[in-house]
Amino acid sequence: MLTNDYLKNIATQVRRDLLRMIHAVNSGHPGGSLGCTDVITCLYFSAMEHHSKFNMDGNDEDIFFLSNGHLSAAWYSVLARSGYFPVSELASFRKLNTRLQGHPTPAEHLPGVRMASGSLGQGMSNAIGTALAKKLNKDTHLVYSLHGDGELQEGQIWEAIMYAAAKKVDNLISIIDCNGKQIDGPVEEVLSLGDLPAKFKAFGWKVLEMNGNNIPEVIDMLKIAKANTCKGQPIVILMKTEMGFGVDFMMGTHKWHGVAPNDQQLADALAQLPVTLGDY
Amino acid sequence: MRTYQKIGEKDTRSGFGEALLELGRNNTNIVALCADLTGSLKMDAFVKEFPERFFQVGIAEANMIGIAAGLTIGGKIPFTGTFANFSTGRVYDQIRQCVAYSNKNVKICASHAGITLGEDGATHQIMEDIGLMKMLPNMVVINPCDFNQTKAATMAIAEHVGPVYLRFGRPKVPVFIPEDEPFVIGKALQLTEGKDVSIFATGHLVWKALEAVHILKEKGIAAELINIHTIKPLDNEAILNSVAKTHCVVTAEEHMMNGGLGDSIAQLLARKLPTPLEMVAVDDHFGESGTPEELMTKFGLDTVNVVEAVMKVIGRK
Repeated sequence: MLTNDYLKNIATQVRRDLLRMIHAVNSGHPGGSLGCTDVITCLYFSAMEHHSKFNMDGNDEDIFFLSNGHLSAAWYSVLARSGYFPVSELASFRKLNTRLQGHPTPAEHLPGVRMASGSLGQGMSNAIGTALAKKLNKDTHLVYSLHGDGELQEGQIWEAIMYAAAKKVDNLISIIDCNGKQIDGPVEEVLSLGDLPAKFKAFGWKVLEMNGNNIPEVIDMLKIAKANTCKGQPIVILMKTEMGFGVDFMMGTHKWHGVAPNDQQLADALAQLPVTLGDY
Repeated sequence: MRTYQKIGEKDTRSGFGEALLELGRNNTNIVALCADLTGSLKMDAFVKEFPERFFQVGIAEANMIGIAAGLTIGGKIPFTGTFANFSTGRVYDQIRQCVAYSNKNVKICASHAGITLGEDGATHQIMEDIGLMKMLPNMVVINPCDFNQTKAATMAIAEHVGPVYLRFGRPKVPVFIPEDEPFVIGKALQLTEGKDVSIFATGHLVWKALEAVHILKEKGIAAELINIHTIKPLDNEAILNSVAKTHCVVTAEEHMMNGGLGDSIAQLLARKLPTPLEMVAVDDHFGESGTPEELMTKFGLDTVNVVEAVMKVIGRK
């Protein structure tokens, strides 16, 4: 089991990776990626049982779906740092002929990616499907999905939320990144989600909440979530994060949702994130 | 060669239902999903025999496609069932991202396709679905013509690894393909031989075209009727070989001209073998309420329309 300090070091390196990747091609989504770096790191390096020797069917391992596919840079870095593919390949992000497409896809056969995402609102349905397959296969491993809060404005998500509770898909842990921001501004202003915990509860989910930028808390809450699986209810973790977390000038604004840092901004950002595992 | 004649009357969707049950018995990885239309899709027998492998998703087609895609991870072979309209247009982005682009082994099975859905009217009569589905890379598109062919096609797509769109219909129509006729995805089925015109037909229009062939014979015209059950991948070889002999073409389908079988064949011929071509299809128009037969007549999808198209295209040779 990795210590919290070591997990923090991995997360710092992942933040460096994703900023450098996005800067190199002057495109990508740093804000949400930085905010979700801690939870994706904790999933792959602590909570999930998974094999870096990739197998599409994923039998006898936990499976993760990134429904908010624009956080690809963070996920790719975590996958590479977990051993799914060489860390050096991160340099190909969003470039011609890359396996690291702008949004994740299995079409280019990147180990670790099982489903395309990017068009929002679809990953929970996919996660439910795989959770059902696991039940049929008598595979007791779990399925995790990550979603943005703005993504919950998509109608299909609510079809999935209704289904998972009604059909007792209790081997599923969905995590909602509640950073309160989307492209056009605060979620509250664009289209308020209302009382999200009450909504999930009313649909029949077990609702947990955590600060997604506090690694010890994330580790603990993922354990609690796991302990609550297989009890007849799907589990949602409403995860408070700060968009742009780890880089002071990227925090507290929605402006870094889909904008790459320039040379100076990258230098300023990296100065706040010391090299830990070594840059790609 | 074989003579194809009417041996009964059945709906194509029942062919799907029978095959699904058989598949369920043969392969424990076969699973089925439905969006509140199990009776219409003839999935009841499967549901009854394999309740643990059936997923009722309610009236939520987008979720159904997403769940189906997820089920493939773990080795399941999901067959989704709902009307053609809700199987395609309603869930195009879900199919595009999670089935076609992700290249998942999902079988999208669509009943009540085309105008023969009848009285429910245009909201339910999709005639754009072949076009929508054939534009997606990785997607196989199949439109069988009768009960036996639908059953055989359903069995065949379970063996094919990758996304498939299988389109069938609501009404009872003639059964004329023998039970033992082999079904090979992407391989056209020649029903009659002739030198004067090639008729390429799919779905319910195949029987109409076969009737037309008999009428044409009385007029001294030898029509070669080829059943294109697989619109994608298209059997280019069979089409080009026939056209090289007949030098004129009629296509027939229960679909819009835009995006349908005729459009695929015209594209092929324009590039490889420019040839006079007429299309029996719906010309950029929504459907309406009526009985299937009334609608086929009103929208120009009847036997007489195939005959007229043949006379016209022969005149253009």
